[in-house]
Amino acid sequence: MSGRRSRQSSNTPRITDDQIIDLVSKLHQFLPEIRNTRRSNKASANKVLQETCNYIRNLHKEVDDLSERLSQLLSSIDADSPEAAIIRSLI
Amino acid sequence: MSSSLLSANPAVNSGRSSTRRRNKKKIQSRAIAENLSSNDQLQNSPIEWKSDAQQQIYSSKLLQALRQVQNGDGSPAPKRVHEAADRALATTAKGRTRWSRAILTNRLKLKFMKKNNIVKRQRKLITAISAGNTRSQRKSKVRILRLKSKSLPAFQRKVRVLSRLVPGCRKQSMPVVLEEATDYIAALEMQVRAMSALAELLSVSGASSSH
Repeated sequence: MSGRRSRQSSNTPRITDDQIIDLVSKLHQFLPEIRNTRRSNKASANKVLQETCNYIRNLHKEVDDLSERLSQLLSSIDADSPEAAIIRSLI
Repeated sequence: MSSSLLSANPAVNSGRSSTRRRNKKKIQSRAIAENLSSNDQLQNSPIEWKSDAQQQIYSSKLLQALRQVQNGDGSPAPKRVHEAADRALATTAKGRTRWSRAILTNRLKLKFMKKNNIVKRQRKLITAISAGNTRSQRKSKVRILRLKSKSLPAFQRKVRVLSRLVPGCRKQSMPVVLEEATDYIAALEMQVRAMSALAELLSVSGASSSH
């Protein structure tokens, strides 16, 4: 069994520049609004990618901080206390 | 098979219009499930992450997961919480995106799984939890300048970096990485919203019961 077989893009049609531009512009729309309002109809592809990477890193960090906070909050709540029952009923 | 029947006898089915509608939906969902291997599924799923329904689904899944994490040991480590949150997020994605499937199969990778098995498992995930509807594609209004050539080294490098940030996209082609990143960002934003709402809820309830 050859483990070397990987799906190369040789058998798929060539990716056009227009396709890439389309995808990058779609990505641009999902970047935060604060940066979108200024000159939002023009963007350099490189800049969009750079902002995307930064934004994803920021989001990861936010989720990290939030999970830190959640773990502290969860450890301070008793499992059978009335608050847990309230939270469960609120789902 | 049944689709040709429906199109051939429109007059006969006048009395059974509800079943015809149901059959149509069944055929549509089957066709959609078959189309999953193509990349057309990511049309509007980034926008769905903004809906309240998705956030509620995610919040309930997150609460379930967190309860399990908590019952195991005394105080859950933040890492476990983060992992549980990511798993709940991937489950809410219903397996339509690569990053969600990669998150879900990642834990099993650690347990002596060979590469072939992982591919099979991912395919099973696709068929098992797939369900969804497609909508028309939204026109993009943003003009992108200065994309002289997609093979510019700076551009390629940034796509590589991006592919490492989005789970499951390390060896994917450029358009795939861009699509996955779009959906992943929307999902992460929803995750932040849901987790901060949950943290607020817990801190408020904790403070109110401290007397």
